[in-house]
Amino acid sequence: MNCNNVTKEYYRVEKLPHIWCPGCGHGTLTNTVVRAIDNLKLNKDEVVIVSGIGCSSRAPGYLDFNTLHTTHGRALAFATGIKFANPKLHVIVIMGDGDSSAIGGNHLIHAARRNIDITTIVFNNNIYGMTGGQYSPTTPYGDFATTAAYGNIDKPFDLCSLAQGAGATYVGRGTAYHAPLMQKLIEKGLQNKGFSFIEGLSVCPTYYGRKNKKGGAFKMFSFFKDNCADIKTVEKNPEKGKNKILIGEFYNNSKPEYIESYQVIIDKFQG
Amino acid sequence: MNSKGYKLIQGNEACVEGALAAGMRFFAGYPITPSTEIAEISSQKLPKLGGKFIQMEDELASMAAIIGGSLAGLKSMTATSGPGFSLMQENIGYAAITEIPCVIVNVQRGGPSTGLPTSPAQGDVMQAKWGTHGDHPAVALTPNSVQETYEYTVKAFNIAEKYRTPVILLMDETVGHMREKMIFKDISEIEIINRKKPSCKPEDYVAYRPDEDMIPPMASFGEGYRYHVTGLTHDETGFPTNSNEISEKLIKRIVNKVGKNIDDFSYYEEYKLQDAEIVIVAYGGVSRSAKSAVDALRKMNIKAGLFRPITIWPFLEKQINNVSKNAKEIYVAEMNLGQYFLEVERVAGKNCTVNKINKINGELITPDEIVKAIGGNL
Repeated sequence: MNCNNVTKEYYRVEKLPHIWCPGCGHGTLTNTVVRAIDNLKLNKDEVVIVSGIGCSSRAPGYLDFNTLHTTHGRALAFATGIKFANPKLHVIVIMGDGDSSAIGGNHLIHAARRNIDITTIVFNNNIYGMTGGQYSPTTPYGDFATTAAYGNIDKPFDLCSLAQGAGATYVGRGTAYHAPLMQKLIEKGLQNKGFSFIEGLSVCPTYYGRKNKKGGAFKMFSFFKDNCADIKTVEKNPEKGKNKILIGEFYNNSKPEYIESYQVIIDKFQG
Repeated sequence: MNSKGYKLIQGNEACVEGALAAGMRFFAGYPITPSTEIAEISSQKLPKLGGKFIQMEDELASMAAIIGGSLAGLKSMTATSGPGFSLMQENIGYAAITEIPCVIVNVQRGGPSTGLPTSPAQGDVMQAKWGTHGDHPAVALTPNSVQETYEYTVKAFNIAEKYRTPVILLMDETVGHMREKMIFKDISEIEIINRKKPSCKPEDYVAYRPDEDMIPPMASFGEGYRYHVTGLTHDETGFPTNSNEISEKLIKRIVNKVGKNIDDFSYYEEYKLQDAEIVIVAYGGVSRSAKSAVDALRKMNIKAGLFRPITIWPFLEKQINNVSKNAKEIYVAEMNLGQYFLEVERVAGKNCTVNKINKINGELITPDEIVKAIGGNL
């Protein structure tokens, strides 16, 4: 579907323009979600998009599906209830870095551990944008934020390793610059019967960028272009991964899915 | 589900039986004394009915999951005690503003904090009303027996479904863990209320536009009515708004849809109140002691009676006011330092003296203690 048709078909056009700042990467990432849904031809009535609180979590409001904007960090717990209650629904969760790994970190690891059939996409811009630029669990060591005036001494999470370690069966990373890759990862995540985790690196020129003198949106997107290496290339030639951010499909495995396992119990014991 | 007949069961078990009779098909919870049996029994019984049970990672998640389950169309419940109830407050507020029906059981134990995990208390009365931030509707029911736990769990679901609001079943350890004869009715004899569904076409559905009864019809996710749900203050379409006027209208509506219909779910018991000069007000486990105390006082030729609220929130203002008009003295007996007392005094204080009888050591207030407290003042 071309750009205009995708917008008309899947966006609540009357809710646009969106609230994101000029140069923000979230709009592009949102579009990769929509295009993945379109490519898989999912029935709009059966798609549920759940979010928490923060910049990323405003995405569902613009999208014409069943959409739920929940409390900070809890999106996956709400999503678990929805998916478990009606397994026919395609449940997609969009969260930010602070949302998913600080206040919602516990819900993330447990949803991954259960391998419940939910596709989670984290828009990671390394900052709390909605509240004005505080450091998050993915703010790099030494970087500045409004609550890290002298440099951040927290060590950042590698969200993909975290999700994989916790039990996610599909894990990948894309960026707002690498939109086609991002879309492909989301499609594969949606096709995976289990917990899929896709990290989308985003940019926040307004807070993170300004605070750390990153030179504006164009430069921040260019940084992704010049500093990312696909895992497949790096596996063949490790030199190409030196000092690069790894992107691509990191893990794809199958394990018993939570709701299918529960259905076995129902089938056995239902009177 | 148990069929017609009677059986000796525990309060917590009766809660599950009531929930299943009401149509609960989704339970999410986290283990905590003294409510754990509700989760355990739900985990055994739900799959047999094709329902779903999940043990979540904490109470924040449990509360979130039941809201999700309800939004996807299943009647949903969680059960907890004080520390878990504190964690649930966040999403109880979410259920209130998004008008998603659900039932939260709190089997009260001693607090604050970890407190007295295995002992009864009634310290969460005010929390059941004001626990989550902001103005919001609050409905809480307090059964005092195994039989009532069953019946009021059904009613809790009915109120939640009818008014699209979270409802709290405020038990205490005494009631949760006692064993009594429970008479099961035939399921066809039990009134079951289900949420109002939209009758319009999906394209005409305005998710938060209320009918005349102040309650908007509710579609489940997946039924073809694609709509937006947010914990932000929203307009009738369900989308966020910063309009002062619309914000005020929304909060007033969700508070009034419950508050103005209180007569629909004002449950209480009056015992020997006809000529009572001394009125004991007690609820939950303590009300059983209070009833014995009334009989003992009557034997001492003291004209005593009992008013027992079952609907503890919203406050039964009209009934308490009437009771206080004929009473000389009211004694509010509760296992806290005087929480419900504050409301009784607010309403009854102009008509009679309002006293309190309190105990917070982890033991139920005994009939004797009530008699002595009243006798000592006479």
